[in-house]
Amino acid sequence: MTLTPDNLFGIHTRALDLWQRRTEVLANNLANADTPGYLARDVDFRKVLAAASGGPDNNLPLQASTPGQVGTAGQAADGLAYRVPTQPSMDGNTVDEQTEQAAFAANGVHYQASLSFITAQIRMLRTAITGGQS
Amino acid sequence: MSLFSIFNVAGSGMAAQSLRLNTVASNLANADSVASTPEGAYRAHEPLFAAVKNQQDGGSNAVGEGVQVLGVTESQAAIPSRYEPGNPLADADGYVYSSNVNPVDELVNMISASRSYQNNVEVMNSTRQLMQKTLDLGK
Repeated sequence: MTLTPDNLFGIHTRALDLWQRRTEVLANNLANADTPGYLARDVDFRKVLAAASGGPDNNLPLQASTPGQVGTAGQAADGLAYRVPTQPSMDGNTVDEQTEQAAFAANGVHYQASLSFITAQIRMLRTAITGGQS
Repeated sequence: MSLFSIFNVAGSGMAAQSLRLNTVASNLANADSVASTPEGAYRAHEPLFAAVKNQQDGGSNAVGEGVQVLGVTESQAAIPSRYEPGNPLADADGYVYSSNVNPVDELVNMISASRSYQNNVEVMNSTRQLMQKTLDLGK
């Protein structure tokens, strides 16, 4: 294992980035909980993280041979999807406040988990540098 | 794109919900107002919410940037009239025209608005904690 700054923290820096982005998307859903016609969205975490870390992508890319055709490249990088509503509402809003609130709380815990993985890595390095006598 | 923009998003939600609470307060305060003409009668106010789209990213994949209040509309429900010849505001036929505020609607609106406001406060608090934890990284 070579300790370049990029793989020193492993996948956690990218994960942190994604959790942060997801926090933003969920905050938007909650802010628009009463906006007519607003469609709740979420980040497909597994898919985006696989794309970000350059893992094997099982999907064949869609060919966009003529200008104006929509390829899959732009969508995959973004990873935003619309939530499937559990309870339809008359004004076309698909935000379920309880679902969003739960997702937001879970997201915060995941974010803190990624943070503590990074902290542990830093602590380990510090121990290696000082020889355990700080 | 950072945790900072969530403060703007949650802030816009709180502003929108507090405006909604404001209209509810105004409607409830005027629930029993009367006027001498149907045109002069108080009509219930209703705020109109819309999602703010990110201007730079454009397309449908852009993350929004909170909520905005497009304006305050007036309810088009019928204005009820009452026969009260003794009322100083009564017209020539003895009728007064009261507001079309439905107190039950307004109370439901009030509960919904305050719950949504609390949700936004919760988002802001959690984000603040996450930022604090990020600042303490490596300690």
